[in-house]
Amino acid sequence: MNFLQILSAIEKVDPEVYDRLDSRRSVFKHMSGVGQKLTAAALPLFVGAVFNKVYAQTPGGLAVNDVLNFALKLEYLEMYFYQQRTALVGLSSVNSTALSLIATDEANHVKFLRNTLGSAAINDPTAAAFDFTGGKGSNAGPFADYRTNPVTYLALAQSFEDTGVRAYKGAAPISSVMANKTVLTAALNIHSVEARHASHIRAMRRGGASSANPSQAAAVSPYSTAPKSWISGTDNGGAVPGTTNAIYGAGNNSGAGTATNVTYLAEDNNVQGGVTLTTSTSAAFSGFPTTAFTEAFDEGLDVGTVSTIARLFTVTGSTLF
Amino acid sequence: MSQNLSSGPEPTVADLDRPLYTPIKRRSFFMYAGATAGATALVLAGCDKDDNNSPGMVNVGTSDVGVLNYAYALEQLEADFYTQVRTGTYYTTIANAVEKQILDDLYYHEVIHRDFFKAAITAAGATPIKALTTVYPANTFSTKASVLNTAKAFEDLGVAAYNGAAQYITKPDYLYLAGKIVSIEARHAAIIRDLVTEGSFVGSDIVDIAGNSLEMSKLPSVVVATANTFLADGSKLDVSGLG
Repeated sequence: MNFLQILSAIEKVDPEVYDRLDSRRSVFKHMSGVGQKLTAAALPLFVGAVFNKVYAQTPGGLAVNDVLNFALKLEYLEMYFYQQRTALVGLSSVNSTALSLIATDEANHVKFLRNTLGSAAINDPTAAAFDFTGGKGSNAGPFADYRTNPVTYLALAQSFEDTGVRAYKGAAPISSVMANKTVLTAALNIHSVEARHASHIRAMRRGGASSANPSQAAAVSPYSTAPKSWISGTDNGGAVPGTTNAIYGAGNNSGAGTATNVTYLAEDNNVQGGVTLTTSTSAAFSGFPTTAFTEAFDEGLDVGTVSTIARLFTVTGSTLF
Repeated sequence: MSQNLSSGPEPTVADLDRPLYTPIKRRSFFMYAGATAGATALVLAGCDKDDNNSPGMVNVGTSDVGVLNYAYALEQLEADFYTQVRTGTYYTTIANAVEKQILDDLYYHEVIHRDFFKAAITAAGATPIKALTTVYPANTFSTKASVLNTAKAFEDLGVAAYNGAAQYITKPDYLYLAGKIVSIEARHAAIIRDLVTEGSFVGSDIVDIAGNSLEMSKLPSVVVATANTFLADGSKLDVSGLG
């Protein structure tokens, strides 16, 4: 038995084997019976135990299908939300077309994730699982007029798109996703489409429902009604301050649905990769508005925090999120 | 039983543990441990492409640092573009207040991305690539159409590039950073595309709308074929070490 050859052979099919061992090196310390000296006779057992630990599902780490099903739930939320667009009053034709385009994308994402998961996919929760008024099934929550009033509708749309962007971003570095390059790339290829949607919905909110050229409308601080196409600070609580604040706030950094070495901070974070970004970080930043340093980076959220946000729009008794 | 482990001093738990901390120490572990066929191949793989610079090209390198330098190169291109936009005829005499507000923000964001990468690569103990020299077709900065269409090309390319290179990142914190930036590039791309043609924030040229509605990511070799047309001789990118 050659420990090195085993590692080398595994590396050929799993290039991350050393990282797995590295990030879980505590298994060496916590393995019982190896406190002092590893004898030659004990090595096979020890090696076997190490690999069992390394390749077993990490406590708190989601398996790739769990992450994909979580994404599928969010896509269902979005798909059923955009299906409710048809009674909106006063939309320009360009805005109506844009919402149809987004609705198509979300339906395609549902289809794609279902196909990818195959028999592991969750059951379709159906539209009955959601109450987009925020009324938990009463259909009379704080967003009661969302089906007809484009101001309410677009406020919700921005909230869902920004949440979706944060959710995919937060889940991508989960080890089971990173280990599957096909899934990782597909998830990122959905993530950027959600970000495009978020940007456009924000332009629509600047321009208003009847605008024929929403991209030509000015962003006006504090952005709750005329936001920039990107998140500035914590966006003053988002589209409906008081209700949507969590969408721009900090996440939970432990437990299920978090990634190793990732900290889920609020959108006003200006420390990236250990580098604090201010006007004095680089001579080229001189004179930059301080908001630019938070706008230049989106932040991710953990699965648990996203689920808490999504639960605002499911009916009482739903166990979807 | 392992000849390698039993040929040296009796291995202790600390000995097994310590070489696994970093790639460098991992490599020395195998050198110390001796030359089995597998271990030798690993040592060679560890040295692979380290000195593989094509003449006159800028090699971004390999692995995580290679991806960071690749991103740094693309951010240099974007930052330089918006810097020049702000002194060009379109911005100074033609653009309206909204277009200027958007272009100002894009300029801030891309310059921040550029200098962030330089600082982060340095902080990671690696060497950033040099400052690149750009080239643009004549009158790129003169008209609304040429500025916005070039911006659209760069932003769409940036999104496709980050999405396509993420698979080469091994550290979760680096992947997370790339994710934080790519969604900003996508937000940029959407508003610039809307400025060009209202409602074109997604389009069949960049998103598979007829199929799964996934962004069409691009591998580094495809991205640099476009990016290099905006880079001068001596600044063109070699990404052969990625993937």
